[in-house]
Amino acid sequence: MLIDRLPISVLKSRLVPGRWDVVAIALVFGLLIYLGEAAHGLTQPLAGLEATPISLDPWKLIGYSARSALRMLIAMIASLVFTFSYATLAAKSRRAEAVLVPLLDILQSVPILGFISVTVVFFLSLTPGRVAGAEFAAIFAIFTSQAWNMAFSFYQSLRSVPDELDEVARGFRLGAWMRFWRLEVPFATPPLIWNMMMSMSGGWFFVVASEAISVGNTTLTLPGIGSYIALAIEQRNLVAIGWAIGAMFVVILVYDQLLFRPLIASADWFTLEQEAGLTPSRSWVLTMLRRSRVLRLLRRGFAASLRSASRWGQNLQRPKGLKKPLTQKPTPAWVDPLWYAGILLITLAAVLKISIFVHSGVTTAEIGHVVLLGLATLARVIILIALASVVWVPIGVAIGLRPSVTRIVQPIAQFLAAFPANLFFPVVVSGIVAWHLSPNIWLSPLMILGTQWYILFNVIVGASSLAPDLRNVAENLHIRGWLWWSRIALPAVFPYYLTGAITASGGSWNAAIVAELATWGKERLVATGLGAYIAEATTAGDARRTVLGILVMSLFVVLLNRLFWRPLYAQAERRFRMA
Amino acid sequence: MNAPLLLDVQNVRQAFHKPDGDELLVLDGVDLTLRAGEIVGLLGRSGSGKSTLLRVISGLANPTGGTVNYLGHSVSGPAAGIAMVFQSFALFPWLTVFENVQIGLEALRVPATEIRRRALAAIDLIGLDGFESAYPRELSGGMRQRVGFARALVVHPNILLMDEPFSALDVLTAETLRNDFLDLWAAGQLPIQGVLLVTHNIEEAVLMCDRLLLFCAQPGRIVSEIPIDLPKPRHPIDPRFRAIIDRVYVEMTTRPGADARPEARVERYAGIGIGTMLVHVSSNLLAGLLEAVSTAPYNGHADLPAISSDLRMEADELFPVAEALQMLRFAELAGGDIRLTEAGDQFAKGETDERKRLFSVHLLKYVPLAAHIRRVLDERASHTAPKTRFLDELEDHMAEDAAEETLRTIISWGRYAEAFAYDDQSQSFSLENPT
Repeated sequence: MLIDRLPISVLKSRLVPGRWDVVAIALVFGLLIYLGEAAHGLTQPLAGLEATPISLDPWKLIGYSARSALRMLIAMIASLVFTFSYATLAAKSRRAEAVLVPLLDILQSVPILGFISVTVVFFLSLTPGRVAGAEFAAIFAIFTSQAWNMAFSFYQSLRSVPDELDEVARGFRLGAWMRFWRLEVPFATPPLIWNMMMSMSGGWFFVVASEAISVGNTTLTLPGIGSYIALAIEQRNLVAIGWAIGAMFVVILVYDQLLFRPLIASADWFTLEQEAGLTPSRSWVLTMLRRSRVLRLLRRGFAASLRSASRWGQNLQRPKGLKKPLTQKPTPAWVDPLWYAGILLITLAAVLKISIFVHSGVTTAEIGHVVLLGLATLARVIILIALASVVWVPIGVAIGLRPSVTRIVQPIAQFLAAFPANLFFPVVVSGIVAWHLSPNIWLSPLMILGTQWYILFNVIVGASSLAPDLRNVAENLHIRGWLWWSRIALPAVFPYYLTGAITASGGSWNAAIVAELATWGKERLVATGLGAYIAEATTAGDARRTVLGILVMSLFVVLLNRLFWRPLYAQAERRFRMA
Repeated sequence: MNAPLLLDVQNVRQAFHKPDGDELLVLDGVDLTLRAGEIVGLLGRSGSGKSTLLRVISGLANPTGGTVNYLGHSVSGPAAGIAMVFQSFALFPWLTVFENVQIGLEALRVPATEIRRRALAAIDLIGLDGFESAYPRELSGGMRQRVGFARALVVHPNILLMDEPFSALDVLTAETLRNDFLDLWAAGQLPIQGVLLVTHNIEEAVLMCDRLLLFCAQPGRIVSEIPIDLPKPRHPIDPRFRAIIDRVYVEMTTRPGADARPEARVERYAGIGIGTMLVHVSSNLLAGLLEAVSTAPYNGHADLPAISSDLRMEADELFPVAEALQMLRFAELAGGDIRLTEAGDQFAKGETDERKRLFSVHLLKYVPLAAHIRRVLDERASHTAPKTRFLDELEDHMAEDAAEETLRTIISWGRYAEAFAYDDQSQSFSLENPT
């Protein structure tokens, strides 16, 4: 928290610890010890990993969960650092913006899952013989699933700071540093927190996927829930999978309670008006932070030092008078052409490099084949989104119109969206194996298992924000049945539905890499598609085919976004807004 | 007028570059002075460039031409000693009242104890005691603006700039805040020497100011100055007060250089062309004002201040309607009065179809943009034209948002007159109305 929000009238606070202090101290120190132990494993040599193989003992899961949770935390911190620097640079420099923003858009569409094997080699070479290299690779994979949308949200916030607040800041001559911490960061905080939550939801998927990494012949298994489940799949142990699911449930719950509830509840303070449709958030952790006297003193000291830190770089008090004229040196005219020429050159070099790299081992016919595989996966994505829409839109509307049901279902839907669906894959896959079902059809639903919830909870939000007056009019005019759906309910939730569907579609592409190729013990199930192609290339350690597959998939995602989702979204925005 | 000169603005000109490289003039040749002990009002309609001028004076914007001198120094960047109060309050929602008030001092690196002392003093002065720990979201509009005042005053500025500070408040709250401010000002308790007030509320301007500068739009410039030497506190029911209000209305309905003779009045429309900005006024408002003026007690001829208070419309709301009527030749404005033309009277007394017919005739005859759109649609074989065709044309004459508003206006008038149709989905004009 940046700001000391204590009443200034509270001049004396008693030092005797209260009820909340006991809770706070226990939690803080417990957490520190737990994370410290988990961090200890980082410095171990790689050989240690093999000496202590993963065990399916449920008690070991406690330690494994800690390791997984720690990876998530580090990745989140890295994402925040990235967000603050990358987005700020993009927002403040016109030249950087021209490159960084489109880059972010592409990065958001690249299925990073396929890249893990490549990055692992790189990170291992950085720290030869240490576990840290493999850890960094896993953390990097999680980071790539979180950072882009956070950076994008922060960038957009920086670009939309209200004029009058900007004028106040400039009028009082806040320096760049003070302006950043006092104006820009607080302004960007509520959407950033929301995006952090979304990132976290996506991130768990990668935690599970990135812990057991095979590069060519060697398989690295980092202690964690993901490795546990990989071993359980190998041994066809459904009970162990159940334990893993349970452990993940607890970890996500703890994250939610300890991190996001307090963040959301405190984000309320950053906005001027209560946002419609959202119930005021409450968090027992925040209550504890506010009520615990010991923490309060700590927090006040912390806040005071933050406040003075935010004033670094402000010039010393100036005599009452005028600031020196702002003589901004105009950049010479040759800088811009040079800059863009440089970018063009680098881009051309990159394109050349990629085409040589891919072409040296892959025939043109294979490229055509990969595109066809992409079409197969595209067909899956479209059909699955359509199916999920048919199922979840009516249900979402029905739920959203009943506030009492919404209150119960909404958190569950959000939780399900956060839950890494790949934990459930073995359960489904074992079923497919047992009943000898066609993998081409039955592996497909796995792609949308985790992402369909975005559709559900966005539709619920849309339906619950339908103006009561509109509902009254419908009742008053006896509008029922299909007319009600086609003229009122569906148009009302359409923009919300689109938001959910876009997220779901993006996530499904990524999920295809783990969903189209599944194993159960010795049994291998393959569905025809681009995801399976990438997965096979990755396990075979074939960098050329991996790159080709990812390239084609990125292209599909970008084209789908540009040619389908974006126009649709623009139209929805224009058509369904009142003002 | 021997008080020291605080502010001297000479020949300020502000222009913005349009994408095509042309210049768009927002302020032209603005001169003004502010002396110690004075409250000077800038009165004009929204969009006339008053706020831009305030931003130039405060150093938030650099003028294209001219000079701003503050205590003998040229202003070319945010100046210490000039503080601003905003229409929208512009409080930081994530800071408490106390922290909001402190921030200006913190930026100056005043020692912590001094910050605290001065912030508490400002809070005390402005009547915010007890609200120190509240967040802006917990406060009413009036209390929020008090924070805005305290935040500006705490840095002890020489000049206080006020950008429509009371216009976002309800009438009663605005009056309370105004009176509190004037009391503190009269008692010499405010740490400021001069005030520049931007407003569109005529009564407020006459109540507060020692001098009024009337602003005219497109481009913004000062057209006249009205000294107000009534003793303070002033009372709106005072006949001398009413007389000044009347005088302001007269000045505002007389265009610079316009001939007052009735036969010369037609000449005043010579400046209206395709590039004239149209303020969005709905046809309901047009019809409403015509009806109000045509019936008793006005019977076709009304005093603007009177009808303003009668309809509970502020001058800023009333003028765009009256001027739109004038442009459509349904009414004439002169000498602070509005007088219906024959057509205006006919419109007021007519039924819907008759009104639409009249409106259509006048729209196509007197509003060049409407005639232009109609002509283009008639000439094209498809009888359709994209919105961008006209938008690009308008942007040669005005800023982007002004062009958008002008098109919005012409679309709504064209729809009412059934002169042409517009489809928002395809963003195009056509001659087809759904039948």
